Amino acid sequence: MIQLIAFYLFAGLVVLSGCVTILSRNPVHSVLWLILAFFNAAGLMVLLGAEFIAMLLVIVYVGAVAVLFLFVVMMLDIDFATLRAGFIRNFPLGMLIALVLLGELVLGIGAERAGAIHLGTPDGNNAAVAGASNITAIGALLYSRYLFLFEAAGIILLVAMVGAIVLTHRQRGDTRGQNIPRQIARRPEDATVNRSPAVGEGVVL
Amino acid sequence: MSWMASLRLTVAEDVLSVAGFLLLLWAGWAGDRAAKAIGWAAMLALVGAAVVTLPALMNGAMGPGASAFYGQYADDAFAAFAKLLIYASAIGCLLIAPAFFAKLGQHRAEYPVLLLLAVLGMGLMVSATNLITLYIGLELNSLAAYVMAAMLRGNERSAEAGLKYFVLGALASGILLFGMSLTYGFAGTTSFAGIHAAFHGPMQLGATFGMVFVLVGLGFKMSAVPMHMWTPDVYEGAPTPVTTFFSTAPKVAAMALTMRVLLGPFGAQVHSWQPIIITAALASIVVGALGAIGQRNIKRLLAYSSINNVGFILIGLAAATPAGAAAMLVYLAIYVAMSLGAFVAVLMLKDVDGNQLEDIGDLAGLSGQRKVLSACLAMLMFSLAGIPPLFGFWGKFVVFQAAVAAGLVPLAAIGIAASVIGAFYYLKIVKLMYFDEPAGRALGKSGWEHQAVLAICAAFVSPIGYLLTKWLGGLAAVAASALFHT
Repeated sequence: MIQLIAFYLFAGLVVLSGCVTILSRNPVHSVLWLILAFFNAAGLMVLLGAEFIAMLLVIVYVGAVAVLFLFVVMMLDIDFATLRAGFIRNFPLGMLIALVLLGELVLGIGAERAGAIHLGTPDGNNAAVAGASNITAIGALLYSRYLFLFEAAGIILLVAMVGAIVLTHRQRGDTRGQNIPRQIARRPEDATVNRSPAVGEGVVL
Repeated sequence: MSWMASLRLTVAEDVLSVAGFLLLLWAGWAGDRAAKAIGWAAMLALVGAAVVTLPALMNGAMGPGASAFYGQYADDAFAAFAKLLIYASAIGCLLIAPAFFAKLGQHRAEYPVLLLLAVLGMGLMVSATNLITLYIGLELNSLAAYVMAAMLRGNERSAEAGLKYFVLGALASGILLFGMSLTYGFAGTTSFAGIHAAFHGPMQLGATFGMVFVLVGLGFKMSAVPMHMWTPDVYEGAPTPVTTFFSTAPKVAAMALTMRVLLGPFGAQVHSWQPIIITAALASIVVGALGAIGQRNIKRLLAYSSINNVGFILIGLAAATPAGAAAMLVYLAIYVAMSLGAFVAVLMLKDVDGNQLEDIGDLAGLSGQRKVLSACLAMLMFSLAGIPPLFGFWGKFVVFQAAVAAGLVPLAAIGIAASVIGAFYYLKIVKLMYFDEPAGRALGKSGWEHQAVLAICAAFVSPIGYLLTKWLGGLAAVAASALFHT
């Protein structure tokens, strides 16, 4: 019963905040509603017992993507009024695409329910560890059976990083970088002097 | 299988990745001044990787003994053959790069490192016996390739090539992943052996879709028609040493990967993929030949030439026999030499100030001033056209022989007829060099690295190459048998 209530609460909030995201006038509000939608989707994932995906949703979508959106919205001066001007004109097209997607979903699920699609049976190599949370199960697979590929995926990220630096980093002559060893090596006696000037003569620097 | 045994089988990848990390640190500390030294060190690492790869080919490694990391990776003779080709062409590409980049003052220390990591990805591709390995290898290779295409970031065409390659490559990767997810859904496993077992009987429609999507993604990587549209633009815009690299090593990797995927997991479904491969082969041959005719830029022309060659190689795949696979490997080896040689010849076309020339018109009357260069280029062109005394003919011959032996006589006949169209533009270049009024622009001299690579490639495609037929054919046969060993 509590599960059912929680499901309808989360699902209702996802739909509601999704609608408000596209309807609200202020783009910053839109992004905030989007974040609420992500949080509720994460709640739905927890109800399914997929807490790893729930956490990914929060960390990746809320933590990175939505905040990035927020930055873009606040830093770029986009005139959202003109962007939204074609909303009514493009509404039929949008509805058509939505209907096509709905039709595909109905057809796909219908075919599966009617027994027309025979999905393969899992080979059991990737079976979850019994009784463990799915974070433990994924970790156990990732760091044992798929360690080689996991490391190779790490190299891909390294290449992405090197590539981004190679393509964007420029050596500029007019910037002054921090010289940490020099700062640390600097002693008080190098930087300060003690003077006792005679009265009325001032200081020579 | 223990970790140590698995690591021993993947030793070529271990060598390359460790070398890549060390060189990256060196590049980080020493900066672009060390670019040349890092290039030499990268070549050394590739030679090391080739040395540790060699035994697998010589011993004809295949089957479970060559399989590492729970069947995700195979260090068999087929992978070793493809890897040796990849390493050889990567060494050639590293050798010719410094002179080109140094002239522009843009020789980056990261270039050899990225190339090394791209080669690592290609090694994973040709050794993949699991869909995940396949994708990770392909993506590692592609990501490094996107960066390399945009290496001359101040140059508009280079940036455009990088961006175009990236956007289209990302789309192709998406399609490939979609196909892989369908395949996984219908097979219940990502391992090639498991997929082969699951798809033994008639395939469901959804599984066929998965296979076709995987084929589309792979076809993009090897630029087979109709997934070839990016090739001329990227080849033209990318710096010439990078284009040289694109037209050799990744082609071998993508082709070997396609062979492994179609003959391995989908090996029982020949009737469902054979029409696709035949169509792609014929379309590639025709589009490659016709598209090249009107080109004015020699790099675009060679891009169409590579599309054309991909078509011929795919004819061997359409045969779906061990002989066909061996013929493809022989053709690939010859193609790498021809393509490398042709692009090095393009790199050697410089004006007096050392600026690169890319216009076909600049070739006019080249034989008057640059006798050796034009002789080598003419030989490479004749070889690409498949004119008998040269080695390029042998590649076409074995491929057509395999197709005829597999009962695909009409395919072979159309292929031979279409190769005549292709001969037209190759011969046009020879005519331009030997019989036209000298343009007198391509007078610049090149360094010994370019001359050495061109000389080796020209010697390989010359009739001397026929001394190697027995040896090359034997190795290719061993490699192909590893592919059909289940």
